[in-house]
Amino acid sequence: MKFLRKQLDKVKPLFDKGGKYEKFAPAFFGIDTLLFVPNHATHKGSHIRDAVDLKRIMITVVIALLPALFFGMWNIGYQHFSQVSGSDMSFMALFSYGALKMLPMIVVSYGVGLGIEFAFAIFRGHEVNEGYLVTGMLIPMIMPIDMPLWMLAVSVVFAVVIGKEAFGGTGMNILNPALVARAFALFSYTGFMSGDKVWVADAGIDGLSGETILGTLALGKETSTSVFDMFMGYMPGSIGETSVLMILIGAAILLFTKVASWRIMLSAVIGAALVGLLFNAIGSETNDLFNFSWYEHLLVGGFAFGIVFMATDPVSAAQTNKGKWIYGFLIGVFSILIRIVNPTLPEGVMMAILLMNVFAPTIDHYVINGNIKRRQKRLKLKKA
Amino acid sequence: MSTDIKIKKGLTIKLQGAASNDIETSTRSKIFTIYPTDFHGITPKLTVKVGAKLLAGDVLFYAKSNEELKFTSPVSGELTGIIRGAKRKILALTIKADAKDTYKDFGKKTPSNLTDVQIKEALLECGAWAFINQRPYDTLANPKDTPKAIFVSGFDTAPLAANTKITLQGKEDAFQVGMDALSKLTEGKIHLSVQGNSFLNTIKGVSIHNITGKHPAGNVGVQISKINPINSGDRVWTINAQDVAIIGNLFLTGNFDTTRIIALAGSEVSNPKYYQAKPGTSIADFTKDKLASDNVRIINGNPLTGKSIKMEGSLGFYNNEVTVLPEGGAYRFMGWLPFVGNHIHSVSRTSFSFLASKKEYVLNTLLNGEERAFVETGAMEKVMPIDVYPMQLLKATLVGDIDRMEKLGIYEVAPEDFALIDYTSSSKIEAQDIIRKGLDLMISEVG
Repeated sequence: MKFLRKQLDKVKPLFDKGGKYEKFAPAFFGIDTLLFVPNHATHKGSHIRDAVDLKRIMITVVIALLPALFFGMWNIGYQHFSQVSGSDMSFMALFSYGALKMLPMIVVSYGVGLGIEFAFAIFRGHEVNEGYLVTGMLIPMIMPIDMPLWMLAVSVVFAVVIGKEAFGGTGMNILNPALVARAFALFSYTGFMSGDKVWVADAGIDGLSGETILGTLALGKETSTSVFDMFMGYMPGSIGETSVLMILIGAAILLFTKVASWRIMLSAVIGAALVGLLFNAIGSETNDLFNFSWYEHLLVGGFAFGIVFMATDPVSAAQTNKGKWIYGFLIGVFSILIRIVNPTLPEGVMMAILLMNVFAPTIDHYVINGNIKRRQKRLKLKKA
Repeated sequence: MSTDIKIKKGLTIKLQGAASNDIETSTRSKIFTIYPTDFHGITPKLTVKVGAKLLAGDVLFYAKSNEELKFTSPVSGELTGIIRGAKRKILALTIKADAKDTYKDFGKKTPSNLTDVQIKEALLECGAWAFINQRPYDTLANPKDTPKAIFVSGFDTAPLAANTKITLQGKEDAFQVGMDALSKLTEGKIHLSVQGNSFLNTIKGVSIHNITGKHPAGNVGVQISKINPINSGDRVWTINAQDVAIIGNLFLTGNFDTTRIIALAGSEVSNPKYYQAKPGTSIADFTKDKLASDNVRIINGNPLTGKSIKMEGSLGFYNNEVTVLPEGGAYRFMGWLPFVGNHIHSVSRTSFSFLASKKEYVLNTLLNGEERAFVETGAMEKVMPIDVYPMQLLKATLVGDIDRMEKLGIYEVAPEDFALIDYTSSSKIEAQDIIRKGLDLMISEVG
């Protein structure tokens, strides 16, 4: 690694102030900082600093995503070939089939997204922020496998430019950029984002069924998937969302490292379970989703993935601890509510999170007002 | 009378190189250097010319904004130089010190027989007033004010901090006399915070608070917020424990003797212990033959809040501690991976060093990352025992929204209360700097 460091140090003067490629400094330092933690020393404030930095936080989230990603790759192959009669493929064959389908999506997502991030960094003359490391991984994982790559690319452009950079970049965005990408794709390319063909690879071409459990239920049909299969993730769906087990492993990583808020996760599950129980109690003869038991609601669709990886995005979530309870709870409530009573959307977690992203500052406002009022009350007491 | 207060939030950072209990007398510098920049917000007006003969306690300069605020020479000798910077700003004064100090006689006095006005005069004429700090704004106290209370923290929880049991050794009587004098200056009480058993528990005429908990439990700002929080329009004064004894000594002897017991600590000090020295002592003399390596950062104060000082510099007016840490460090390949580089202290669970919180660490001055936008939430609150929302207050301060800063509690905080946020921030936010600028804005806009 000393060799690499030497090479970087050799070209560095070209990018320093007054250097030949000064303009491209953010790009160079973006790459440099991805390889090495820089040797910048403190020059004001505290002289010593904790080892943690934003990149470490972001990478931890990416690592937490990996179990769900790898399972998703295998499941792409499994969902396809389990419907092809007579095929008996090994675990590795199923996995590599899925990996070959998935890798181009990841490459496009990172390529396009980071390209824009670097361009904005150069244009604005600030450092490249690490936020996209997570977003870039999330976007392909919440898309259907058959999505054309160009659509993915357009969605990424929309998410990064309108969802994030328009607000000032990482840390300033109101909505979760990955969900912006998904919402954009859903409304622009509805045919590729919903229906009974898109959730299993090449379902349309090979005449397979590619319907999700929620989609089936919304159409008033029965499903035969067992609760165990739902938990393990042996069902069609967006690439990363199906396996609750793998998502729970990711959640364990995020909670152990305290990178994501347990308050949001817990309160969202409570909110969703309560609404599920409520509808179970009401029951319905026409809508099967009323009768779909509350714990199954927690296992299917994008609920688990959304709650663990997207609702907990610290930038777009509520920022106060009390606010996080309210924010998470309402996401849980709206996810299941939209799912059950909205006929046009079989899944509600994306809309619920986006909605609460918008309301998060309002929630925080009222929580912080409590603190302000305490202060004003003290002042009044003093004057009295 | 004493009350118990427990501080739950915070973080105690253990560093290698804590001072042992031995006290030595530091080498006396031939040249003492006084930095007016030690006194925040003061523009100095000189009263002496180069070549002037000085006694210890003679006025060197006063504040342009308030002539009552005088700053005096810690030693007797001859003023040899006035170092100026851009726009002829006075950066430093150098004094060639006599081998032994001759003190200006301010006369022995008994504070209990004096009125508040007489005490103020006594403190102002010798320069001891500069020890008294004011909250809000964390600046020198204004002699025209009458504070609602005075706070003295009898212990320090900062990393490698000087222990008051050592620094106040043999000064018990002076401390009591100092407290007697200060008690005349407030309409309210003097609050003295103590941790554990010490003579401080027996000080009379003050209300004593037994405080336990992690750093910043020893920060006077935290204690104020738990005992008697500052409201808009309030003034409270704070003063360091050692300086109370210096004031007491002034009344007992009539001499303004600023000698302190100062901890020389840190991993780069070969034999960390305490030294008797006066502010203005040159750092080169103070650290001579005591450092373990060359590439070091010397800090006037503790590693969280102190000011970096060069070898040519001198001991600051306020510090009880000089810390020496290794300067800088190397690039770390892929060092941002979680659970890599566990030798660096971290409270984040993304490093195994959280398992070894009792270990004494050697920390260098690396930022361990780069400054980024505010992203992580909830982390700042964990190290902020004062009842404010630190992230929201920082954001309001960054945009200079005075109304909102007021509402969110800017009056209750000082930069040092945000030091742990500097330390723990994953976005490497310079919180102390932001708060200092915010307070300066408040001074100029609200006053």
